[in-house]
Amino acid sequence: MNTISIGNLLRRPEAGAFLGMIAVVLFFLVFGGINFLKPAGIASWLNVAANIGIIAIPVGLLMIAGELDISIGSMIPAGSMIIAIMSGHYDMPVWLSILAVLGFGVVVGTINGVLVVRTAVPSLIVTLGTLFAVAGMVLGLSVLITGTTSVAIKAPALYKAIFGQFIGGTYQVIILWWILLTAVYVFYVHYSKFGNWIFAMGGDRESARNAGIPTTRLTIILFILSATSASFVGMCQALLFNSAQVSAGMSYIFNVIISVVVGGVVLTGGFGSVVGIVFGTITFAVVNQGIYFTSFDRNWSSLIIGVMLLVAVLMNNTFRTMALSYAPKKK
Amino acid sequence: MTKTVLELRNVDKSFGPIDVLHQISLKVKEGEVLCLLGDNGAGKSTLIKTLAGVHKPTRGTILMDGAEVSFDGPRAAQDMGIATVHQFGGTFPLMSIGRSFFVGVEPTRGWGPFKIYDRKKANAIAVKAVQDFGITRVDDGDRLIGGLSGGERQSLAIARAVHFGARVLILDEPTAALGVKQAAHVLRIVNEAKKRGLAVVFITHQVMHAMAVGDHFAVLIRGAIAADFRKGERSREEITDLMAGGETMADLEAQIEGYAEAQTDNPPPPSP
Repeated sequence: MNTISIGNLLRRPEAGAFLGMIAVVLFFLVFGGINFLKPAGIASWLNVAANIGIIAIPVGLLMIAGELDISIGSMIPAGSMIIAIMSGHYDMPVWLSILAVLGFGVVVGTINGVLVVRTAVPSLIVTLGTLFAVAGMVLGLSVLITGTTSVAIKAPALYKAIFGQFIGGTYQVIILWWILLTAVYVFYVHYSKFGNWIFAMGGDRESARNAGIPTTRLTIILFILSATSASFVGMCQALLFNSAQVSAGMSYIFNVIISVVVGGVVLTGGFGSVVGIVFGTITFAVVNQGIYFTSFDRNWSSLIIGVMLLVAVLMNNTFRTMALSYAPKKK
Repeated sequence: MTKTVLELRNVDKSFGPIDVLHQISLKVKEGEVLCLLGDNGAGKSTLIKTLAGVHKPTRGTILMDGAEVSFDGPRAAQDMGIATVHQFGGTFPLMSIGRSFFVGVEPTRGWGPFKIYDRKKANAIAVKAVQDFGITRVDDGDRLIGGLSGGERQSLAIARAVHFGARVLILDEPTAALGVKQAAHVLRIVNEAKKRGLAVVFITHQVMHAMAVGDHFAVLIRGAIAADFRKGERSREEITDLMAGGETMADLEAQIEGYAEAQTDNPPPPSP
């Protein structure tokens, strides 16, 4: 079964996402012209994709495992504000702030994970709670400490070069982080046993536990990954733009979920792929930014995204049915 | 005389003030199928969960190979060779046969943090294990579980348990949701497992299926063993009557008829 055929490719979870990506790229090529695929044009959607993509993969993995994390919406500004307040407002060393940002992600992720595992309350509700709790805390503390909701930060060149800089004036350095993290995720999810565990957990948690998979620990780790990824992205944004705002980030909740679903992850868990999520993220970013290259009014992009989401879900269902009904041909 | 693998002696189990199992004594022997029969709520699930290490008995002892054991959890029971296969349990519809077969014990190759899941090996072993049980239709380990029939999935789950060294196989209603042909499939697998010398505990409320494979029968009523007999000692009707809680099937039928007649003049109001 190592032969590559169109049928085999279509049965993979990322098939729909790949076709969707090709479709939107063609669409904007036709209506927006070639500018869209020139270096500056690519940067416009690749930057958006990288910021979403780093969060979308762990959130997608959670979805594959049958959970959801929407607290990322407040973890992004939390990451920005922590580094801005610590290193911008108080002049503490940047490395300490970075540790604090990541540490905060670990703490919130652990709280999410433990609450979900211990209480059996749906993760949507648990993370909705932490979403608002963290948002309120960040806003309250920012105003209390700095008296404002927007804090400036001037980081040393070294940290800017690693986390927040424009390469060639247009490409954010976070794109490289995205590529690196994607490679790591692809390896662990699809080529190591841990990935198998995640899929098994999403397929049937009870059976997975019976098979000896540490479902509790794995769930908590996944929540930590998503929360930490979100605070990491927030931190990079603060370093890139030299300032942090309390309110940024809520739109990421929907953007990330759309990217994951368009990327072929099944909402009920157990099916999906990292590459699919990457395709889904690019698709979303292209639609989101591509509209600027066309003569259409910007407001139409939400319509396209909405329709695209519905088409993607329907298409994913079709591909999944194909995958299920596949049987080798009789000789 | 065949060897007793697993034995329960006067086991009681209660959850708080509610007694679920009373004085259960059972022997599960090598190469034998013990059929556990009982109506819904008779305590079958609690009993198998006690056997599988999910629950600890409130009183009484569990013996394995004649020595007293206490399971700290399902994992401990599994390590001693007690495998429970629930309906479709242990299989994941959207995973491939090979991956599903090896969940939790994935074969890997490579080194350190770069251990790679060995797909080819997993697929080959999984397909062979299933085919050894006579399911020859399964020949590609990349196929998704969800594409198999109910009987094939159940067979795969059993083959998996046997492959990983089960000595006692607890089958929880393996034929409940299956059609006649599929159920026959599973019963054949049960027979095959028995032939290989496994001790099988077969839970069902379908007397026909139990009689097809069982060597030894225990009927559970309200948490106690109401009857314990060997193959051929009771007729099908007697077993069914026992399962219905002592009332004979004929009585029940008469009751239903009586109810139906009483209702003819006065049909119940149509539900909205």
